[in-house]
Amino acid sequence: MSLWAIGAVKSLLVLVFVLQLSAFLLWIERKGSALIQNRIGANRANIFGVVPFNLGFLNTLVADPIKMFTKEDFIPAGCDRFLHALAPFMALFPALITFAAIPFGDSIVLGGETVELRVVDLDVGLLYILAMVSMGVYGAVIAGWASNNRWALLGSIRGSAQMISYELAMGLALVSVVLSYGTLDMQDMVHAQGRTVLGFLPAWGVFFQPVAFIIIFVAGMAESKRVPFDIPEAESELIAGYFTEYSGGKQASFMLADFAEVVVVAGLVTTLFFGGWQFPWLAADGFHLPLMGTIEVSALVVTLLQLMAFSLKVLFFCWLQILVRWTVPRFRYDQLMDLGWKGMLPIALANVVFTAALILARGEGS
Amino acid sequence: MEEFSLSVAAFYFMAGLTLLGAGGVVFTENIVYSALSLMVSFFGVAGLYIFLNADFVAGVQVLVYVGGVLVLTLFAVMLTHQIAEIEVSNKSVGRVPALLICGGLFLVIAKALRGAEFFTTPGGQVSESSTYGIGNLLLREYILPFELASVVLLAVLVGAVVLSRKEVIAPDGTPVPERETIPLTEGQRVMSSPRAALAGAAAKQKVSDV
Repeated sequence: MSLWAIGAVKSLLVLVFVLQLSAFLLWIERKGSALIQNRIGANRANIFGVVPFNLGFLNTLVADPIKMFTKEDFIPAGCDRFLHALAPFMALFPALITFAAIPFGDSIVLGGETVELRVVDLDVGLLYILAMVSMGVYGAVIAGWASNNRWALLGSIRGSAQMISYELAMGLALVSVVLSYGTLDMQDMVHAQGRTVLGFLPAWGVFFQPVAFIIIFVAGMAESKRVPFDIPEAESELIAGYFTEYSGGKQASFMLADFAEVVVVAGLVTTLFFGGWQFPWLAADGFHLPLMGTIEVSALVVTLLQLMAFSLKVLFFCWLQILVRWTVPRFRYDQLMDLGWKGMLPIALANVVFTAALILARGEGS
Repeated sequence: MEEFSLSVAAFYFMAGLTLLGAGGVVFTENIVYSALSLMVSFFGVAGLYIFLNADFVAGVQVLVYVGGVLVLTLFAVMLTHQIAEIEVSNKSVGRVPALLICGGLFLVIAKALRGAEFFTTPGGQVSESSTYGIGNLLLREYILPFELASVVLLAVLVGAVVLSRKEVIAPDGTPVPERETIPLTEGQRVMSSPRAALAGAAAKQKVSDV
C-alpha cells in the first residue's frame, strides 16, 4: 500500500507544481511584458485600500481565477453542447499529465524504500511525452468545431496544421537526441548528463546536440500556440481563434493549458539538454569541483540542491519563452509553414543523419 | 474460473473501453463523434498493450493513431464543407446483407485466431523493456519488410504531392496556368498601395476644386 501512497503523493506534488507554476507564469507574464514594454504592469491591486504596497502578485493568483471561474459560462445557441464542454478538458488534460514522465530529482531512500523522484518510472518516457504533446491538438480542434463559429473553425484548422507540421520537426530532433543518449528513459538521460567533459564542463545535452535543442525549443513553443506561433488564436484576425465562443471557467482552462504547455516545454528542454535535476559538479556524495577538490555534502542537501536546480532551470526556460513571446511579432501563415517544412524539418533530418554517422564512426553502434 | 484481481479488472476495463469506442464509431450518425469514439477505442487498445507489458507499442499506438491519423481525419472532416449534415451511412444496401458480411468476416477471423499458434514465453517471464527487442528485430531480422514499408510510404507521399499540386502540366510539357490573372480594379489598386493612391486622389480633388 505504501507504493500507492508514494505514487499518489508524487502525482499530487507534480500536478500542484505544474498548476501553481502555470498560474504564477500569468503574473510573470503580466509584469514581464510590462518590463519589456516599459510599462508598470498590473498595479491596481490592494485589499480595501488599506495595504500600503502593491499586491499584483496576489491579484493574479487569487482574484483572477476567482473572477474567471465565477463569470457567466456562455454557450452559443448553434454549438454542439457536449463537445463544447469537452474541449477545455481535452486541452488541459494532456498538458497536465505530460510532466509525469519528467524526473525532478535523483532516487532517494525514504524509510528503507527507494523512491524515484518522478511520477512514473517509464522506460519509454520520451515516447510518452511525444504522444501526449501530439494529443494537445485535440482541444483546439474540438473547440473550434463545436463552437459553430467561422473564426473559431478557421483558428482550429490553422492550429491543427501548425501543430502537425511542428510535431514532425520535433519528433525528428528527438530521434537524434535518442541516438546520442541511447535510451528513451528520461531518468537515464539525466544520469548520463551527470559526468563532466574535459574535466570542467558538465556533460549537458546542449553541448552535444545544439541543433536539436534549438529545434525542440522552437517546435515546443509552436506547440504551445503562443506568440510568435499564435496564428490559431490571432486576435487581430480571428477575434480569439478557436476559443472565441468560450467564456468564464472554460476560457480560463484554455489559458491554463497554454501556460501548462509552457511549463512542459521548459521541463522537457531542461531534462534533455540542460542536465535536468543535475547540479553542476554535484554527485551523490558532494561537490567534485575542478581544480578545487571535493566538498562533501549530506544526502538531504544533495536532494534539495537537485530539486532547486531543476526548479530554477524550468523557471529560466519559462522566462525565456515569455521573453520571446513579447519580443517577436506573429508569423504570417506562409512564413510559419516555410519555417516548419522548409527550415526546421530538413535541418532536423540532416542532424539525425549526422548524429547517426558520428555514432557509427566512433563504433558505438553495435 | 480465474481469480478476480485488480489486473483482471483492468483488462476488462480496457477491453470494454475498446469495444465501447468501436461501437460508437459504427453507431453514431455524426462523423466527428465517430472520430472521437475511435480515439476512445485507440486508447483502449493502448491500455491493453500496457497491460501486456508492451509499453513501446502502446506509446507508438497513441503517437501514431491518436496523435497522427485521427488528427488528420478530423482535419479533413473540418475542411470538408458541411460534412455534419451529410448522411454517412449507405442505406442502399440494407442491414441484413451488412450483418451477413460482417458475421462471415467475424467467423473467418475467429477461426483463424483459434487455429493460430501464439508465442508464449516460458514461465511467464517478460522482459523489462520491449524497446531494445523491437529495435533489434526491426533493424536486423526484419530490415527488408521495414524498408519496404517505408518505400510504400514514400510512394504515398509522392502521390499526395502530385494530387495536390495546383499547376497542371500539358501533355507537350508546357505548364498551363490554372486561372487567368485578374486585372486590377480601382479598389484593388488602392488597397495595394493605399498611400500613393489616396495622395493622388487628394491631388486630383484639389485640382478640380480650383
